[in-house]
Amino acid sequence: MLDNSTLFVYPGDTGAKLMPKSRYENYIGGKWCSPKDGKYFENTSPTTGKVICEIPRSNSKDIELALDAAHKAAPDWGKTGPAIRANILLKIADRIEENTEMLALAETLDNGKPIREGHAADIPLTVDHFRYFAGAIRSQEGTIGNIDGMSSGGGNSALGMMAYHYPEPLGVVGQIIPWNFPILMAAWKLAPALAAGNAVVLKPAEQTPFSICVLMELIEDLIPPGVVNIVQGFGVEAGKPLASSNRIAKVGFTGETTTGKLIMQYASENLIPVTLELGGKSPNIFFKDVMDGSDDYISRCVEGFLHAYFNQGEVCTCPSRALIHEDIYEPFMAMVEDRVNMLNCGTPFDLNTQVGAQASNEQFEKIMSYMDVGVQEGAKVLFGGGKRQMEGSLSGGYYVAPTAFKGNNSMRIFQEEIFGPVVSVTTFKDEAEALAIANDTLYGLGAGVWSRNANTCYRMGGGIQAGRVWVNNYHSYPAHAAFGGYKNSGIGRETHKMMLNHYQQTKNVLVSYAEEPDGFF
Amino acid sequence: MVGDILFLEINVIERLSFTQETEKLVDELTDIHGDLVFHQSGGCCDGSAPMCFPRDEFKVGSRDIYLGEIKGQPFFIAHDQYAYWEHTKLIIDVVPGRGGMFSLEGPTGKRFLTRSKVFSDDEYKEIKSNPPLSASEVSGIEGLKTTS
Repeated sequence: MLDNSTLFVYPGDTGAKLMPKSRYENYIGGKWCSPKDGKYFENTSPTTGKVICEIPRSNSKDIELALDAAHKAAPDWGKTGPAIRANILLKIADRIEENTEMLALAETLDNGKPIREGHAADIPLTVDHFRYFAGAIRSQEGTIGNIDGMSSGGGNSALGMMAYHYPEPLGVVGQIIPWNFPILMAAWKLAPALAAGNAVVLKPAEQTPFSICVLMELIEDLIPPGVVNIVQGFGVEAGKPLASSNRIAKVGFTGETTTGKLIMQYASENLIPVTLELGGKSPNIFFKDVMDGSDDYISRCVEGFLHAYFNQGEVCTCPSRALIHEDIYEPFMAMVEDRVNMLNCGTPFDLNTQVGAQASNEQFEKIMSYMDVGVQEGAKVLFGGGKRQMEGSLSGGYYVAPTAFKGNNSMRIFQEEIFGPVVSVTTFKDEAEALAIANDTLYGLGAGVWSRNANTCYRMGGGIQAGRVWVNNYHSYPAHAAFGGYKNSGIGRETHKMMLNHYQQTKNVLVSYAEEPDGFF
Repeated sequence: MVGDILFLEINVIERLSFTQETEKLVDELTDIHGDLVFHQSGGCCDGSAPMCFPRDEFKVGSRDIYLGEIKGQPFFIAHDQYAYWEHTKLIIDVVPGRGGMFSLEGPTGKRFLTRSKVFSDDEYKEIKSNPPLSASEVSGIEGLKTTS
């Protein structure tokens, strides 16, 4: 940071706190390895359009090398005591925490998000996630079932019988990470997998391959070789051979529906489990009585609407459908618009900036295409509605104005995750209509309910078909709360200790302490 | 290849179109990978974008809707997604970009993009009176994998 300023020097420039190398390599078996075929691609920053570094353009040969390393490491790693694994996770957390500023800079450079988000959300949540799973694995216990004396086919086999259940790791797992929270989403998958005793081959998104290299450089000395392997490259060239490999025991994927289906097809060939997080179109519902709250509470609700602009809307649970009771629509939206007008949309490298750059050109183009569909469908632009042209070195970046459309739920802008700072707003008459609109979607990942009435909140919490219903808050992601989708939003959960189950299998050792013959033969 | 040309003219042109850039990129990809299949994705990250695979790579859902073809390469969308999209014509374009998960164009530095045109009332009536075929109903697409 510059003295007396909230502005960080652009990484790589003189005096910057982050100096990217011109080239990074794959991290395999505890070493930084060039891709087998020697190919690289240029990774650009969405903040400026400028090249950050070269990244390996890996293929199946590199994936096989990583799988070799992971298989070599997995047996010993899986047998380490939970305390040892937990301590490693705690050290990883400490190391990340000590380097929050640099990692936040790396995220901003790679992804475009404003640095305050990396500082306040991505990196602290990453730290907490490793600590949470360190605690979760320490405290995890199996069960013992006392089957002694149970009548079992008339014989004596169940005399003195005990059923011991305890979790064991799966072995080597594959993980495919999205580009919207490159480090945090890696942590969501890595922390439980490592805590559970698995070795990992991880493929970062090709849009944001850089920050995880910075992370691995920081923590590589803490992890036994081969336990974490990072293979960079394009999805079709490196992700596909990983997801379709018969050498992984599970694949974890965050992305979209078509690729989710393809990954399940691959998994069906190998009879392995998958966890999928495939996005949503989350409703954020504001009941009439929010306006009866204190000024602070009303302000909190208005802020709840603006959560849609967190991470430029590039969040699987972006509250991109706002449902507002018709009686409060006018005053509420007036406050929302006032607050949006106060948003700081400056350079992502300034700690005061609240809305940054979209992660890539194609993402920018997609958002623009939805703005176009919205207008064609007859939705009314309430504010925003287009590109945000930045100046100077940022003029080559991908910036979109925080936007709201007024329309109805049958419009495509209400049905698709635009993944941009675009909210589609509609009104409702009563609770039944709010619930019907909320559930009229293919997806069910997140939802927000804002009301002072506990019973309304309770009914909506149960009625909304989504894996996470935030009540009087939004975009909170504590490690101790399960996150995942209903309907087309995916399979399985992330965060929470139940995530360990997705990276473990249950061993049952059934022991008889009987001294006599069974009596069957 | 899609066999029934007449069918294409009646049904396909209406629900799907594509730009010259798309034609060029599809030619490029068929030269390398042979027959292709497109599937419209939904959801987050690279979602709401068309995915392009070698035709025998991706098993299309039997209920998925056949929207048409791009230079002989069939294009599908999930049936439940189509229910929300049916009032729009999809225009497949190409933009500079990267990603698209396992979509074949990823390494080219270009990315397929779905643009849309909302049908006029008359067009929409015609679309509704002319229901689309599902993957299990469409015939003559060589190498297409789906559940019969």
